[in-house]
Amino acid sequence: MKIPLSWLNDYVKVTDLPIEALRQRLDLVGLEVGGLEVIGYPGARLPWDPDKILTAEVVSVQPHPNADRLVLAEVNYGGAENEIVVTGAPSLYAYRGESGLHLKVAFAWEGAELYDGHVEGWVKSRLKKSRIRGEPSRAMVCSEKELGLSEAAEDIIYLPDSTPVGVPLVEVLGDYVLDFDIKGPFGHLQSVYGIAREIGALYDRPLRQNPLGAIERLNLKAAAEAEFVDLEIADPDLCPRYTATMVRDVEVKPSPLWMQLRLQRAGMRPITNVVDITNYVMWELGQPLHAFDYGIVSPRPGSSQPAIIVRRAAPGEKMTTLDEEKRVFDNDMLLITDGEGPVGIGGVMGGLDSEVDDETRHVLLEAANFAFLNIRRTSQQLKLHTEASSRFGKRVDPELALPAAARAAELLQELANAAIDPVVIDHYPGKPETHTIDYDPQLADRILGIEIPHDEQTRILRALEFGVEPEGATWRITVPSYRLDARLPIDLVEEVARVYGYERFPGTVIDEELPPLRRNRPLEDEEHMRDLLVGLGLDEVITYSLISPEDELRLAPDPERPLAWPGDSVELQNPLSPERSRMRRTLLPGALRTAWSNLRYLDRIAIFEIGRIHFASGEPDLARAETGVAEPRHLSMLVTGMRRPLWWEKGEAGLEQMDYLDLKGIVDTLLESLDLEDNVTWERGHHPTFHPGRCAVVSYGDQELGALGELHPLVREAFGLPDQPVLVLEWDLELLLDAAAASAKYIGTLSPYAPVHEDLALVVDEKTPAVTVRRSLLEAGSPLVQAVTLFDVYRGEQVGEGKKSLAFALSYQAPDRSLSERDVSKLRARLIKAVEQELGAKLRGA
Amino acid sequence: MSAFAELEQVHEAALADLKTALTTQALDAWEDRYLGRKGEITLQARQVGQMAREDRPAFGRRVNEIKQLLEQAHASRLEVLRHSELTERLEAEAIDVTLPGRPVVRGHLHLTTQTLRELYDIFAKMGFEVYEAPDVELEAYNFDLLNIPQYHPARDMWDTFWVEGGDQQRGNRRLLRTHTSPGQIRAMRERYPEPLRVILPGKCYRYEQITVRSEHQFYQVEGLAVGPRITMTDLIGTMTEFSHLFYGRDRRVRVRSSYFPFTEPSVELDTECILCDGEGCAVCKYTGWLEIAGAGMVHPIVLANGGYDPDVWSGFAFGAGVERPAMQKFGVEDIRLFYGNDLRFLRQF
Ligand SMILES: [Zn+2]
Repeated sequence: MKIPLSWLNDYVKVTDLPIEALRQRLDLVGLEVGGLEVIGYPGARLPWDPDKILTAEVVSVQPHPNADRLVLAEVNYGGAENEIVVTGAPSLYAYRGESGLHLKVAFAWEGAELYDGHVEGWVKSRLKKSRIRGEPSRAMVCSEKELGLSEAAEDIIYLPDSTPVGVPLVEVLGDYVLDFDIKGPFGHLQSVYGIAREIGALYDRPLRQNPLGAIERLNLKAAAEAEFVDLEIADPDLCPRYTATMVRDVEVKPSPLWMQLRLQRAGMRPITNVVDITNYVMWELGQPLHAFDYGIVSPRPGSSQPAIIVRRAAPGEKMTTLDEEKRVFDNDMLLITDGEGPVGIGGVMGGLDSEVDDETRHVLLEAANFAFLNIRRTSQQLKLHTEASSRFGKRVDPELALPAAARAAELLQELANAAIDPVVIDHYPGKPETHTIDYDPQLADRILGIEIPHDEQTRILRALEFGVEPEGATWRITVPSYRLDARLPIDLVEEVARVYGYERFPGTVIDEELPPLRRNRPLEDEEHMRDLLVGLGLDEVITYSLISPEDELRLAPDPERPLAWPGDSVELQNPLSPERSRMRRTLLPGALRTAWSNLRYLDRIAIFEIGRIHFASGEPDLARAETGVAEPRHLSMLVTGMRRPLWWEKGEAGLEQMDYLDLKGIVDTLLESLDLEDNVTWERGHHPTFHPGRCAVVSYGDQELGALGELHPLVREAFGLPDQPVLVLEWDLELLLDAAAASAKYIGTLSPYAPVHEDLALVVDEKTPAVTVRRSLLEAGSPLVQAVTLFDVYRGEQVGEGKKSLAFALSYQAPDRSLSERDVSKLRARLIKAVEQELGAKLRGA
Repeated sequence: MSAFAELEQVHEAALADLKTALTTQALDAWEDRYLGRKGEITLQARQVGQMAREDRPAFGRRVNEIKQLLEQAHASRLEVLRHSELTERLEAEAIDVTLPGRPVVRGHLHLTTQTLRELYDIFAKMGFEVYEAPDVELEAYNFDLLNIPQYHPARDMWDTFWVEGGDQQRGNRRLLRTHTSPGQIRAMRERYPEPLRVILPGKCYRYEQITVRSEHQFYQVEGLAVGPRITMTDLIGTMTEFSHLFYGRDRRVRVRSSYFPFTEPSVELDTECILCDGEGCAVCKYTGWLEIAGAGMVHPIVLANGGYDPDVWSGFAFGAGVERPAMQKFGVEDIRLFYGNDLRFLRQF
């Protein structure tokens, strides 16, 4: 909310405070100043030179001898002699030939920097001495645009008649506009007067004008009834108070300059005096007002007295609002209606038909109070957010309605020559009790950790207009009506603390025993996994949890073979876009999209992600908390592109691109790091996302950890990836970590005896997986066989069609002795017999 | 010529010859010639039988002496020659030692992970344990139990993604957590009546368009301490220590009054801008200060909702960003770089 400092200065003296110091102080007490606009003073977009830009007075206007549209204005700027200025201002043209004038204007000498009024946009230029159609000119009278006040460039700006002549313009029109960023639902801080009240308390300065005193000044009386309108609040739960003020014979015209400037600086557009005054009072006091054209307020059927009935809408009831939108209401929305139908949505926006316009003669002024949660509901349901709804939504003090109505009436009397009826109708069914809080000042010490002397607490609370009766251990605090946020003792602690000043608080170390210490093993294991994967050369990525349903479909190119999901997906009611409408049930789309975007720049990608997937699950064990959503951690990997970065020595031709075995190698090493390499089973996989011949599924016991392999070419195409092997993996990290925790192993005593190495080449069927042969050798040779490492694969005539030779390097070792030649040959025979019986393997060359 | 003189002559000739042996092969030949089975020294030794009996012992001794001397001379000559030959060979094996080495690929942790770990470490030093709560939350935990009832103006502070289906009763509606604060209630309910010191990290989601400065997905780290005597000055002390460890010990911290529905009193903590040292720059919006956390004393209603009697217990809570401090530290201007995963960006950390 933008507030000009000059406006604040009406109620509390602030213009003597250095602006930066004021701003910082306000920041610290919770009145955050998000922005500061300087007008005219140094630091402004266009500072007004105090020596060259002055207030002045046009005393006569003469025709220009050589130009029809120009005039020569004689200006008194406070100097020894008046200055003749050439100008084309249309309003001065009208005074041609007149003298003895007192038109107050803004006057600029040559050398002054101004905005150019004749070009589009904001171009600065320095005023130069010149001749205009033969007449010398070394000064000018300025337009709002030239001063940077508004875009109005057609005519010059006129200052109030009371403006002194010859003073720097900055002293009259210069200002600072503070843009407050007030967090929280604080209706009492949504106004100039509310902020002034805070500043008064902070700086211990008295408030010097009372905008709330117009009732007395106008001698108004509140009454339940009056002739001019028949008022009824049918739903007092949604409308605690409604006042109606009768304003007769308004003269609708533009507001005076000072009000226009204040509204502009506050960010509002001046319209007409009547509308401007309702806006002005809303800004000044925080009470939204509404002006109805009295002439259109209809009576109830059978009556001649105009009526206002405040009631819930009938379901489906309609009205066109001021913004020319047709609105349909539900039964929880509050309408302002007359004898015929709706004329406004209570506290949100008026109806188009009852709007005040140039034809309006009498105005019925509404100052009311509405249930704030309901206002917010209505505003959200209708997607209609206005200044009024925003203020009511932050809670407005119901006590404010009548003083604000009177204040507006006062201004209407002054600026629209209106006559105010002496009786204001005031229905106040929801008048709140005065709120009191029993407050133990030691609560502040307990919560804050420092002792704020009790008389200091009293001083602060009283400065904020709280009533304090400091008797005994518990004080009785009377809360001012506008402090709707202060309800609990802790709220008073905050008031005391912020005004006392946090800069006076020391920092302390928690002086308590530590809670019982616990480790977070799942997180530790997860972080360890990250370190392992980074050690294996993979870059970590973190992708979006919200994905597109399309991407899930792209993972299953064969419509006959959809993916098997662990549960239904979690869908958003209000997604940002279809691409981000579903919580991921797989990490693969994120990995594939990351690969796609990076392949534009890089020829080698090796990435992993550890993150949660989300799906609906009826199993209480799986679902986190009681949301019915399981969120297990998954692990994904993706490698593609060059096996190694560009380098000067050539690698083996034909093997430059990474393939399945690159990913497999990473996984083998990872499993070894987790002591899982001999505890998992590898099988050919049949996952629809993968190349049907290049996919493996890895299990631990009967638990499937997940799949890995080369991406199916159709999936690769669907994700826009180039024609090269893309290797991906997705595993359930929870299962993997559980498996690792269960299989941490210790070999026992290390043998001091040298191992015996030998090689065995075995001929098996092409279809027999190498891992099966290896496992068979390990099992048959236990416990003497320590290692079985495949070192050659041969296919060809020597072994025959449909066969392959697998050569393994074996090492044998006993813990308690050196193995003899006899031991070794017995063992060898046992191994060969085993693979022969189990797998039909033959010793090559045998 | 006497046999003795002849022996000395052979000795001298052998030493002279040795100097001309410039390779190990020449040296082998020299060894054959003088010390071999048919070598000259061996031949000399055989003459002992034709000598006068009284000369024999002296002659034999001298032959042996000379033999040993020559063997020693040969050994040291061999050493020298081998060494120089090795040197020559190694010199021939020289390569360009400035050639780029065979590449070893190294992986990188995501900047978010690195920042999270830094936060875990700093708060672990102060006794804070990591506690994790779900991403998909119930409305009650994300809002109501945190003193943010439906339609309450405070809800405007969070634009929320709501989940389809399920129980649409108020409070039971599901959403993507907008902050890590729901974990406060979960941690309190789980741990009551123990005192608490936890940090709650996690992914949060807000209905916000993705721009240079805002993301719909981001990380937060929430902190919560509950005990019989936890105070505002403890909060200030803890966050000041955090700031000193994270941003640097010489930076001042300031505390501003603020508003959050789940804390009372509420504050925001700033540290002197690390980019301009408090002078004012674009990153700190010319204030000289960077916001490090929103914080406050846990609201009595929230304490009670967590099971802790606010007349007996008190607590503080804070919420810190993860991407923002990392951006400030490294001068990153575009938050989209975090989850856009441009590897050229991520590999720089
Ligand atoms: Zn800065």
